[in-house]
Amino acid sequence: MRSVYGEERVGGVMTDFLLELRSEEIPARMQDKARDDLARLFTAELSRAGLSASAVVTFATPRRLALIARGLPLATDAVSEEVKGPRASAPPQALEGFLRKTGLTRDQLVERDGVFFAVTSKPGRATADVLVEAIPAIIRAFPWPKSMRWGAASASTESLRWVRPLHGIVALLGEEIVPVEIAGVTAGAATLGHRFHHPGQITIGSATDYEEKLRACHVIVDQDVRAATIRDTADRLAGEAGLELIADEGLVRENAGLTEWPVPLLGRFDEAFLDVPPEVIQLTARVNQKYFVCRDTSGKLANAFICTANIEASDGGARIVEGNRKVLAARLSDARFFYDTDLKVPLEDQVAKLDRIVFHEKLGTVADKVDRVARLARWLAAEGIVPGADPDHAERAARLAKADLVTGMVGEFPELQGLMGGYYAAAQGEDPAVAEAVRDHYKPVGQGDEVPSAPVTVAVSLADKLDTLLAFFSINEAPTGSKDPFALRRAALASLALITTHGLRLSLEAIMQQVGGAVIEQHGRRVASRAVTQDLAAAERLGAPADFVHEEGYERKVSFEGEGAALVSLMEEGLPKFSPFILDRLKVQQREAGIRHDLIDAVFALGGEDDLVRLLARVRALQAFVGTPDGTNLLAGYKRAANILKKEGYQSGNTPVAPSYSPEPDEAALHSALDTAEPAAVAAIEREDFERAMAALASLRAPIDSFFDTVTVNDPDPAKRESRLALLERVRAAVHQVADFSRIEG
Amino acid sequence: MLAWGRHPVGTGFRLLDRLWPIRQSPAVTQPLSFQRMILTLHDYWSDRGCLILQPYDIEMGAGTFHTATTLRALGPERWNAAFVQPCRRPTDGRYGENPNRLQHYYQYQVILKPSPPDLQDLYLGSLAAIGIDTGLHDIRFVEDDWESPTLGAWGLGWEVWCDGMEVTQFTYFQQMGGFDMKPVAGELTYGLERLAMYIQNKDSVYDLAFNDQGVTYGEVFLENERQMSKWNFEIADTETLFDQFRKAAAECENCLAADLPIPAYEQAIKASHTFNLLQARGVISVAERQAYIGRVRDLAKGACGAYMAKNGWAA
Repeated sequence: MRSVYGEERVGGVMTDFLLELRSEEIPARMQDKARDDLARLFTAELSRAGLSASAVVTFATPRRLALIARGLPLATDAVSEEVKGPRASAPPQALEGFLRKTGLTRDQLVERDGVFFAVTSKPGRATADVLVEAIPAIIRAFPWPKSMRWGAASASTESLRWVRPLHGIVALLGEEIVPVEIAGVTAGAATLGHRFHHPGQITIGSATDYEEKLRACHVIVDQDVRAATIRDTADRLAGEAGLELIADEGLVRENAGLTEWPVPLLGRFDEAFLDVPPEVIQLTARVNQKYFVCRDTSGKLANAFICTANIEASDGGARIVEGNRKVLAARLSDARFFYDTDLKVPLEDQVAKLDRIVFHEKLGTVADKVDRVARLARWLAAEGIVPGADPDHAERAARLAKADLVTGMVGEFPELQGLMGGYYAAAQGEDPAVAEAVRDHYKPVGQGDEVPSAPVTVAVSLADKLDTLLAFFSINEAPTGSKDPFALRRAALASLALITTHGLRLSLEAIMQQVGGAVIEQHGRRVASRAVTQDLAAAERLGAPADFVHEEGYERKVSFEGEGAALVSLMEEGLPKFSPFILDRLKVQQREAGIRHDLIDAVFALGGEDDLVRLLARVRALQAFVGTPDGTNLLAGYKRAANILKKEGYQSGNTPVAPSYSPEPDEAALHSALDTAEPAAVAAIEREDFERAMAALASLRAPIDSFFDTVTVNDPDPAKRESRLALLERVRAAVHQVADFSRIEG
Repeated sequence: MLAWGRHPVGTGFRLLDRLWPIRQSPAVTQPLSFQRMILTLHDYWSDRGCLILQPYDIEMGAGTFHTATTLRALGPERWNAAFVQPCRRPTDGRYGENPNRLQHYYQYQVILKPSPPDLQDLYLGSLAAIGIDTGLHDIRFVEDDWESPTLGAWGLGWEVWCDGMEVTQFTYFQQMGGFDMKPVAGELTYGLERLAMYIQNKDSVYDLAFNDQGVTYGEVFLENERQMSKWNFEIADTETLFDQFRKAAAECENCLAADLPIPAYEQAIKASHTFNLLQARGVISVAERQAYIGRVRDLAKGACGAYMAKNGWAA
């Protein structure tokens, strides 16, 4: 089938189209994506009809989602479709079939070059007609993250869904109303202005006056203009008060999504609240109230907030500021209450509560995790794996690190985990290194986040992440595909960042034994101490029927003992997946540093290398080497040797023997070059001087090239052939001291 | 009693037939007392066709638990009601020492089914009626999706802010007891003490003028808060509570077996409140908590399902 466009243009005139979908308040966080979706769906619907606009812009306010398409033709082009049929000479059944299929008669077909064609012409459609169908389709298909039904129509669950009740549609093509209708809402030219400043109807003339008319009715349609107003006014207000606004673009966007007529207002809160950690004040102001905060000239948090009202109040905003001040004061006194209450409880007492929080049903409670992490952190410090970390400090910090999870403040603001622990640890007189480690042990949180450098912090952070990784691998919970419920990929990248940033020398195998051993040990202890009857008693107390099963209920615990034996087999299945997984993450992490993934494979394939720092050093030396002419040629020589060995089915491991015949000069030269290079490479690798190891290999390049130039491997004399194959095997083995070159691409 | 309530949707009584003109700037000279505010809301919603009901006589954590909301939200019948409901939140008790937190407080609840098209305007009209001038105060609808795990219910809507303070929860119920709403009901839940503190410009709930003759909220409730907080947190006998929970759960099932959804639902509410008390006593571990919530939800869902079935409504 082929389509022919552009044969007859119905109208060469272009016009603009305005669409406004007015609803009750759209959540701020959904507005940006909704604009993108609207543009995308609109463009797709148009293009399906053979239409396109020269430009599409979208707007969102809390109460409306709007689109302006510029340069739309008034009609689609006529389309003529031609379908090829049977040859004129084909049997009559073929022609009959074709006529049935197309619904045409014989005389309506066109014959060309002995072939029948069915030609159908579709006249151009008025763009308005296209839109009348397209707009309801867009509305019905709109991908809101959450949508709802409402009103009398919702007696049927098939009723229209929208983010919140949809009340009005403006659809104007040029100055004409496009008679869109959906779920009892009929499009017109009328919309509403600001909810309080201009509650009455306003009539829009066309896309051209849309923004302007709404602005006159206290609605700034363009979200970017609202954002700029908020940003600039907040900045100015702070400046006028002798302060500096703490910029927060996310908050700017959110407030722009909450207002149609943003009016930032500055207020003050009681200075006494500044005793509360500044992060807490900033967070409660931001998250709960959506306020900006400011710094004073010394850089400290000031007792000021900037709220963004949606009206130009008749008293200049005095009452709004006063109301907001009170709400913030109530929030801050709550925060201070939590802070003061938390400060009265030693962190040890909080730690004791961690055994009530299940970390994972097979891995025990958070207390169990803390115990594993503490032991691992101490081991990392004591073994010198994290140089300069005091083992006592590392263990102490790890034992306290999760205590803040059960404090009132972190209960209220989970984002403050770590930070609050740091404050509380310092307040109870812990060593500064310990308090710092408690505070920063979640870092680095994502790629680009600051990697801690204080040794105790490094030890605790690394122990925490390695424990998470290996504990889950030990119960065979490796991430699969897009499923990574325990964020193990992130934990792996964070571990790698710590290891590579600080060049930490550790054996993955040893870590596996540490964590795996601890998991087994804890499990044994739990099973031994668990009084299963307690749980049964609790279930009975619950008044639940015997077969009551709930996702977080008791039944799983009751069966815990039975799982004991299964744990070991889970471990046997899960732990071997760890090395390939971490290697994969290493490739992801190193991609940014420009390290080739095939070279990582080439070094790793040698086996026995579970020290990631050494592995990377080797890879870097290798990458430098393969970039040189020596490297490229050696690789070519290696591949040639490997190919010959493969073709000849040569079994590696044969002991090379000295030739029983008089070798060719280049053959002898290669022997002697190997005699020198092999021990040199081995010795260099032993010293971890990988550049020198590469140099030793490089010395083989010329002898190998000459050997291939002048010596015939496949000599008719079996002794010569055998000896030369053994020589090539020796070359391969020498190269494999450094890396498995067969894994290198190119 | 409510013959008109049995009309199918689209016929019979219409909520909006008797609309008042909404006063934009009501001439309120003196801020409303707590009780006057309630009376004003009663008048306002009564004039708009709502039944004015009385509180449910069982302890509950929110007005949503009232059968006038939970059960009446189910099914196709038109239903418009408003009432005050005392709410018990044992863990929120502060021995009368926190100016904002109470273990017992009042919600004003309006339930309108199907949700009328001008629900937001009706709501704003009620704010104007109790003296909030929208030319001076910043009213905002801020996303807040509502979910009640113990009722198997959820809805979309907002928390309504007045100058940054949440004064109302505004929800379009989408599911109740695990059943899709057919049709959807709109629910407004006003926090009466908060609104009163706002209107009367008071920093402590205990300083609120309860009436126009100088009686304060503290005079009425402060001692209750002290004693009830002590009982909730320290005294309540936990074995008795566990026993009550178990018995309420069993009785709920007993009622369901006898095809009596309303008494079954009452037992579910009792179990829910007993669970809240157990929580305040700190005897329910984190892991157990989910199991209790699941248990109450199953009871509530069972009652809702039986209520639907008894009325002959398909899920």
